[in-house]
Amino acid sequence: MTDTTTLKPPTAHVEGQQHPLKLYFLVWGLLFVLSAFSYLVDYAGLQGLARWSLIIVFMLLKAGLIVAVFMHIAWERLALAYAILLPPLAVLAFLAIMTFESDYTLATRISVFSGH
Amino acid sequence: MAESTLQTDHPEGLDGFVRDWSSDQRTFKRVSWGKAMMWIFLLSDTFVFSIFLIGYMSARMSTKSDWPNTSEVFSLHVGGADLPLLLIAIMTFVLISSSGTMAMAVRCGYARARKATAGLMYLTALLGATFVGMQVFEWTKLIQEGVRPWGNPFGAEQFGASFFMITGFHGTHVSIGVLFLIIIATKIWRGEFDRPGRTWLKSDAGDYEAVEIMGLYWHFVDLVWVFIFAFFYLW
Repeated sequence: MTDTTTLKPPTAHVEGQQHPLKLYFLVWGLLFVLSAFSYLVDYAGLQGLARWSLIIVFMLLKAGLIVAVFMHIAWERLALAYAILLPPLAVLAFLAIMTFESDYTLATRISVFSGH
Repeated sequence: MAESTLQTDHPEGLDGFVRDWSSDQRTFKRVSWGKAMMWIFLLSDTFVFSIFLIGYMSARMSTKSDWPNTSEVFSLHVGGADLPLLLIAIMTFVLISSSGTMAMAVRCGYARARKATAGLMYLTALLGATFVGMQVFEWTKLIQEGVRPWGNPFGAEQFGASFFMITGFHGTHVSIGVLFLIIIATKIWRGEFDRPGRTWLKSDAGDYEAVEIMGLYWHFVDLVWVFIFAFFYLW
């Protein structure tokens, strides 16, 4: 019964991932549409807050769709999903630190290179 | 019966999360070691790309010079009109399409459709190679226009270093992915995945999980491009 040398039937693969084809096509289409939207942000010449917020919203939606559906994180156990998704949040702390650091560097350059 | 035992042993939700992490032997239940290790590698790669992008942000924020207008720098002259970011947009669509074909390949793999799996992986590799080809074209164009890691005619000097470092590292990832896609697709096409016995890519006949693991890497490369596209080209 548990002979592992015989070919396993397709449905018996416990660690496999089988999801409806429709879902993949939907995500594929959404990624196309969202990419077109991000491109249009540049094409329309939006600037300032509208540009930044739209770029980030479209980016996060695309990233979420890829990770959740194409990379199957939505169907993995939380033990794996959290182990992968939570550590990158540390990047946000580093991002904040470097924002202050860069502002300081710029201020120093402005005061030193201005010729006074 | 075995399936129901599995279910009761591994509750879902937060309860399951705590139990998995405090359990003996194995944290990632129902995930093969190969898949878990690919995920952990991708996590480390996430940090590598994050640090590149943060380095780029720091360079851009701290320079006194104006950052080059990427919309103009990466525009393409087609039929008498300058289209902003056209090549980058096409590259984006090519890479997304390759992610789609890869997802199909994974699905066909678990359905044990040998030829369809290999064919879709070859198509994915072809789209990946197209992407790298367009990147080579883009690099050539910029180098001819005088963009160097230490300076360029369009603005802040740090632009070149950021551009070559980030897109170069990503392009290397795509190229390695293309090579591995071709290797695995060829093995599948030859029927090696349907023969009994363990190899470095399968545990036994009909074990197509390597396709999904390859897919994880490939989707990750697409994922990184999403961030590069947003932060480097559009910002």
